[in-house]
Amino acid sequence: MKSIPRWADLALIPFLNLFLAFFVAGLVVVFIGEDPFRAMKIMLTGALGSDYGIGYTLFYTTNFIFTGLAVAVAFHGSLFNIGGEGQAALGGVGVAVVALTLDGTHWLITFPLAILSAAIFGALWALVPAYLQAKRGSHIVITTIMFNYIGAKLLGFLMNGPLKKEGSMAPESRRFEDGAQLPFMQDIAGWFGMEMTRTPLNISFFVALICCVLVWLLIWKSKFGYELRAFGFQQPAAIYAGINPVKITVITMVVSGALAGMMALNTVMGEQQKLVLDHVQGAGFVGIAVALMGRSHPVGVLLAAILFGVLYQGGTELAFEIPAISRDMIVTIQALVILFMGALENLVRFPVEGMFARLSRGN
Amino acid sequence: MDYLDILRLLDSTLRLATPLLLACLAGLFSERAGIFDIGLEGKMLAAAFASAAVAVWASAPVDNPQLGQLSGLGWGWQAAWLGVFAGIVASVFLSIIHGLASITLRGNQLISGVAINFLAAGLTVLISQNIFKRGGQTPPLTGDARFSEITLPFAETLSSVPIIGLMYSEVISGHVIFVYVGLLCVPLTWWVLFRTRFGLRLRAVGENPGAVDTAGISVTRLRYAAVIICGVLCGLAGAYLSMGTAAAGFGRDMTALRGFIALAALIFARWRPWAAMWACLLFGFLQAVSTYYPKVDVFGLFVIPSDFMEALPYILTVVILAGVGGKAIPPRAGGVPYVKER
Repeated sequence: MKSIPRWADLALIPFLNLFLAFFVAGLVVVFIGEDPFRAMKIMLTGALGSDYGIGYTLFYTTNFIFTGLAVAVAFHGSLFNIGGEGQAALGGVGVAVVALTLDGTHWLITFPLAILSAAIFGALWALVPAYLQAKRGSHIVITTIMFNYIGAKLLGFLMNGPLKKEGSMAPESRRFEDGAQLPFMQDIAGWFGMEMTRTPLNISFFVALICCVLVWLLIWKSKFGYELRAFGFQQPAAIYAGINPVKITVITMVVSGALAGMMALNTVMGEQQKLVLDHVQGAGFVGIAVALMGRSHPVGVLLAAILFGVLYQGGTELAFEIPAISRDMIVTIQALVILFMGALENLVRFPVEGMFARLSRGN
Repeated sequence: MDYLDILRLLDSTLRLATPLLLACLAGLFSERAGIFDIGLEGKMLAAAFASAAVAVWASAPVDNPQLGQLSGLGWGWQAAWLGVFAGIVASVFLSIIHGLASITLRGNQLISGVAINFLAAGLTVLISQNIFKRGGQTPPLTGDARFSEITLPFAETLSSVPIIGLMYSEVISGHVIFVYVGLLCVPLTWWVLFRTRFGLRLRAVGENPGAVDTAGISVTRLRYAAVIICGVLCGLAGAYLSMGTAAAGFGRDMTALRGFIALAALIFARWRPWAAMWACLLFGFLQAVSTYYPKVDVFGLFVIPSDFMEALPYILTVVILAGVGGKAIPPRAGGVPYVKER
């Protein structure tokens, strides 16, 4: 009875779940007293109707690829990393440390170092919860949530102290010099003699795409990935087969944290060109929805990240056009996606399985 | 720091521990029945908003231009109680979603809880902004729309008795009703869980649902009962936050991770009611310390920054989860959906 065609598993069920999530989101819009179809139209034109909109959409997509991959990698080991927010915040410190010391040089020098530094800072922030989970059985969901808060406080302390711009009231670092500013997409287009509208989309988008490939290689083409999937699928069997649970847990979370930390490249080094207090802006949490929606597969994560990029950019335009539908609508949609694609998945799966069972019995 | 300072610290400990305690006992019922609940936070938040919003509405005069299209009910003291009821309804509603996901549909309980947290975070602000247009906040609760402090009998007279009397009047007396309800819930929870047939079955369903099923008792019904009790207690915790504290109204993300601290306290207490109370009092005490002493001067050598003091309760949560005092063993069937054999 449990066997359903692959296409139904990979396409039909996710689609129906997504449809339900957006249907309920539409009901919320109706409840607020607005027209959901008009809202949807504003969102789509806002996100995809101009190259300005597309630029912003892909800028947000970049964030969500990093955080989505972070959650996805952990999911494969049946670890639930909801600390992406804090890991990305600390990744920002990693970027800033490199950028502030070396921004007299050239971005070709600072960029690789910043990638490394962001990854290391993000990984370190995931290391403690990982170690506690592996060694002491501390619930990783609670510890990573706590580390989000502690990370925010640590960032607040750094932004008001050591990293603060001198003589400034605002909690932010000084602006990076030219040597630590990433080329924007319009600059890159310029190298090839093309014109593009100014958006914060920058070179880290390509880093995100490369990370998709690397994660795919890691999980499906490496020995570690095999161990990781075995561990996530059936822990006792994996341990019996000689897989070290402590090692797997720690490495997985370190990779996950590193990916989340690298998100800061896009926001701190790309968009802001300085470290600000709230550069993550909830992207760490969006990663959960993205990973669930993308079924923890890099291709799925990429597609889901684009969808959430559309939602974010479209949502910004929407909040501008219809103030009643504020940015909190995005959090709500994100919650509904997590609910219907994650927790309530069987709401669709059970009937679909029953349907296919009946069909095959008919044959 | 003199005796009166210590008493004031203990007084706010009790205040700050109450929402943790109610949420912790909520989690206790749910997890003892084998349903992990990461969504305590969201349920509290939804309850905090629903109770504040309904109390504002019920206590507003019948023609109130401030509320826009809605006119109030013009109620007196009943308004606050209607608010509490609304909070419980909102929280139980989310509980039922969690039950549906984790009991009926055998979904992932962690994911469901996370979804509920985001749902509450998004919807509360969205609806609040839509109705009240105050950046997500509700109007401040005044007069009958909120709960005021209860002075216990003889508190005035006994305050002149040096040590004990002062303790009674400063620490024990003068809290809103939720604080006392929270404390009473501790023996009540103990009694229900360890001295009633329902409690025995509830604990059994969290350890070995198969055995309960074999005895002819519905696992599904028991787990739903536990999840709904969890919702009611979270509802009280949320209502307290918006109606019984100095906040006097709802504000964005006002639960401030209390739901997660309550979970940590629950693990620290090894899923036992009395231990849960002490764990929550400990966390309440830490929060009280970090509010009373935002900056601590260590013998004039250096000053502990306020960011650190604010993060202290959260850091301690991690330390406690790291297993101070041995490994915590959760109910055996926790987090695992029950599939009836055929």
